[in-house]
Amino acid sequence: MTLWFVFALMTVAAIFAVLWPLGRGGRPDNQGSDVAVYKDQLAEIERDLAAGLIAAPEAEAARIEISCRLLAAAGSEPMPAPDSSLKWRRAASVLALVGLPLVAVAIYVPLGSPALRDFPLAQRQRGAGPGMAQSLENLVAQVQQHLEKNPTDGRGWNVLAPVLERLGRFDEAVRAYRNSLTYNGESPERRADLGEAITAAAGGVVTAEAKAEFERAHALSADDPKANYFLGLAAEQDGRKEDAANIWRALLAKAPADAPWRPLVQTSLARVGGGGVTLPALSDETIAATKEMNDGDRNAMIRGMVERLATRLRQNGDDVEGWLRLVRAYLVMGDRDKALGATTDARQAVAGDAERLRQLNEGLKNLGLDG
Amino acid sequence: MIAEAGHYALVLALALALIQSFVPVMGARLRDPALMNVARSTALAQLLFVGASFVALVTLHVNSDFSVANVYENSHSMKPLIYKITGVWGNHEGSMLLWVSILALFGGLVAAFGNNLPLSLHAHVLAVQAWIASAFYLFILITSNPFLRIANPPIEGRDLNPVLQDIGLAVHPPMLYLGYVGFSISFSFAIAALLEGRIDAAWARWVRPWTLMAWIFLTLGIAMGSYWAYYELGWGGWWFWDPVENASLMPWLAGTALLHSALVMEKRNALKVWTILLSILTFSLSLLGTFLVRSGVITSVHAFANDPTRGVFILLILCLFIGGSLSLFAGRATSLKQGGLFAPISREGALVLNNLLLTVACAVVLFGTLYPLAMEVLADFKMSVGAPFYNLTFVPLFALLLLAVPFGPMLAWKRGDLLGVTQRLLAAGVAGLVVVAIIWAWTRGGSALAPLAIGLGVFVIAGPVTDMAERTGLFRLPFATTLHRARGLPRSAWGTAFAHAGLGVALIGIVCETTWNSEYIATMKPNDVAEVAGYELKLDGLLERQGPNYREMVAQFNVSSGGEALSLMTPSKRSFTTRGSSTTEAALLTRGASQLYISLGDVTTEGAIAVRIYHKPFVLLIWWGPVLMAFGGMLSLSDRRLRVGAPKPARAKQRLQPAE
Repeated sequence: MTLWFVFALMTVAAIFAVLWPLGRGGRPDNQGSDVAVYKDQLAEIERDLAAGLIAAPEAEAARIEISCRLLAAAGSEPMPAPDSSLKWRRAASVLALVGLPLVAVAIYVPLGSPALRDFPLAQRQRGAGPGMAQSLENLVAQVQQHLEKNPTDGRGWNVLAPVLERLGRFDEAVRAYRNSLTYNGESPERRADLGEAITAAAGGVVTAEAKAEFERAHALSADDPKANYFLGLAAEQDGRKEDAANIWRALLAKAPADAPWRPLVQTSLARVGGGGVTLPALSDETIAATKEMNDGDRNAMIRGMVERLATRLRQNGDDVEGWLRLVRAYLVMGDRDKALGATTDARQAVAGDAERLRQLNEGLKNLGLDG
Repeated sequence: MIAEAGHYALVLALALALIQSFVPVMGARLRDPALMNVARSTALAQLLFVGASFVALVTLHVNSDFSVANVYENSHSMKPLIYKITGVWGNHEGSMLLWVSILALFGGLVAAFGNNLPLSLHAHVLAVQAWIASAFYLFILITSNPFLRIANPPIEGRDLNPVLQDIGLAVHPPMLYLGYVGFSISFSFAIAALLEGRIDAAWARWVRPWTLMAWIFLTLGIAMGSYWAYYELGWGGWWFWDPVENASLMPWLAGTALLHSALVMEKRNALKVWTILLSILTFSLSLLGTFLVRSGVITSVHAFANDPTRGVFILLILCLFIGGSLSLFAGRATSLKQGGLFAPISREGALVLNNLLLTVACAVVLFGTLYPLAMEVLADFKMSVGAPFYNLTFVPLFALLLLAVPFGPMLAWKRGDLLGVTQRLLAAGVAGLVVVAIIWAWTRGGSALAPLAIGLGVFVIAGPVTDMAERTGLFRLPFATTLHRARGLPRSAWGTAFAHAGLGVALIGIVCETTWNSEYIATMKPNDVAEVAGYELKLDGLLERQGPNYREMVAQFNVSSGGEALSLMTPSKRSFTTRGSSTTEAALLTRGASQLYISLGDVTTEGAIAVRIYHKPFVLLIWWGPVLMAFGGMLSLSDRRLRVGAPKPARAKQRLQPAE
């Protein structure tokens, strides 16, 4: 309510600014004119002459010039004829009284948010503020603020990292896990978590960096299930399905019967064709777990397709489009080295044909690789 | 409530500006003083409302009210107070609000102090100001509204771009805007004169000081920006010929020309039409600068095409005002009364030469700025026009201009004596040549042009010195008389001398810095010693520090010269987590006018750090020059006398002929 009162006051002030001069009527102010300026100039010359700034003959010449202009100006001085055109003044008043508020409201209403109060930070930190739900994002921001000031608080990083990961802020999660490792010390779990975050940041691909983390976790504790699972995934993504199956089989063998991640590993194993293990009947949990795994599945499928394409091209390298698709696929999967390798292979394969080579180079340039 | 009240105040300012755009013009047509006086009160009210709106935005930033999108995107609760305030104009929306605030300020000043103007001129000027203001209020409200809200405010802001978290942001943009927008006054006066179809004698009397004021701010703003780039960007460069810099240089060049031609107009009633054209051009270039910087067209034409709302809006404003004013000029200029006459060799003639050179130089910069854009649009071909182009075009033009600078103030009005002036400048010329010879003998090496350029700089400084020495009778008369005379000289004469000498000072600085700077780039480990230009710099060590909203790594250098310890230098690298970016804070050690400059690169794995050390001889002269120019401008501005140029009387023989 106060806000509208303030708005009304401001509007009245604005209208008043227009009405005031209209109301004062047509008193002609002491306005400047050419004659006044020239008279001032003549006086200025006298002063300069007296101060010795200009010599007498120059002063005389200037005086003559200005006098000429003065005479001309005095002759053509427009007669101020203040016809008070009452009709137009009324129109202007109406414009101010009606037009001004209308324009102001018409512009403000679609743009402004009069229903929103101010939210200065100080007031919000006191906790006051209905409608200010302590959302997870806000809590995270507060913890981050705290850690910014006390970066060595290992427990803080420990708490923050999984939350960030769940929020999908993988890059920040990676940083948080690294800090947690620095300030809390080594542990297989933390290494494996870091590797998982790196993998997630890379869109589900176990990068060399992530793999190194899992290997370190594995070295610290050979039984760490997360490390083992991802090492298997890494093997699968590298195309070593046999190794993957072996790793996962060993993992399942050691796993407690009620481990929540069992179904996940079993589906993975089935995917790489880890023969011998019959899938248990699909329980509800398993279905839920496969849903979780969708990303990994999709990745595996893409990998398979890419591999097939690579094999085909190795046998018949004339297909420029195919090469470009392969390079793009590698780039999308974040595997720049392989993309560059494929580029080299492609160049060799089409080297004999100038037209194809040109097409290839053009396509590569579009992909952002050197032309 | 602050946010919404500020928003509404801006809307009211627009409404008032719309009324101010039409009612006074109507009044001038009907010769109704009451209607014309509406301009005055609405201009003042507009200033009040825009001011309130600006204060509201500053308050929101200071209070870290993240329910305002602009605050959320550009502020952070842990930012030091000064950067919370300067951050207001460290972003697009806020800087546009500052732009219109300054516009309203100038409008308010004209309204408050314009009593001695003819009433209809006053009304027209304020109406034109209101046209500009309305266009920009609309632009802000529609495309760049700083008061848009977020219904569920986040707890923390995204922080200001770290490069901008510097004291330079507090000074540079306001100065620059005071300059840019200040030229709107002379523009409004020019349009008003065209609308009225006559130029009053009061016209030039008003335009000259306002132009001068805008020019002073623009000079300081550009110099400040250049110094800021020099110490903040970490490359030790102070001018890059980059489009944003050119955008501020062009109005400066045109404004300098305008300043001089307005002077001729006030003193001699000549060059009227030309002055009007220059007023239009100068402000048009200011608008163009705003467009280039604010539309994003510079970063990439394509980025501009992706989000064209803002750019197209400014482009429309640009076309409307530049096109409209130039067509008005084309239609009306012929009906304006021509002013006084003068001989080619005269003070007026010299100022015409100055105008020609400055406008051509300005055209060169305009070409160099727009050509790459045109190429990108038309031929889809990305290129940049850099120093080599300007060295070949801009520099010779300016050298010619500088050569002529000392002659101007010594020529008489109306008809001058070039030979006489040359004789009087002989001493200055000789001083320049001697310096050339000395430097040539002393350096042997470097560019052959450098000693010549320094000689030119000395000549430009010695010229005004000779002039003032002559006028005060230094060495001719007893010292007391000289002092008395010096005090008696108008401050505007001193202002001219200082401003012209400033040019020479800046030139010397530029030449010395570019020719004789030395640099040392290496990776250093603690206790390594670098030797640069006779200084030994020992890296004591690296340490980490926590700032209010950043962490920084500081390197400590012990600087000594010839075994004598001089000072500690602590360059640093700051990393800002919120934006995930970092800045280099160069360390500067000033020795006289020269500076040592250290900036840090990356740390290698072995604990060594990449370091760039520069020694920049006489680099500070580059900025002392503009400061001297601005000081001269202020001296001249403080001189409240009328300017009357007394002509040199014609000799008897000439008097028989009609004046030229």
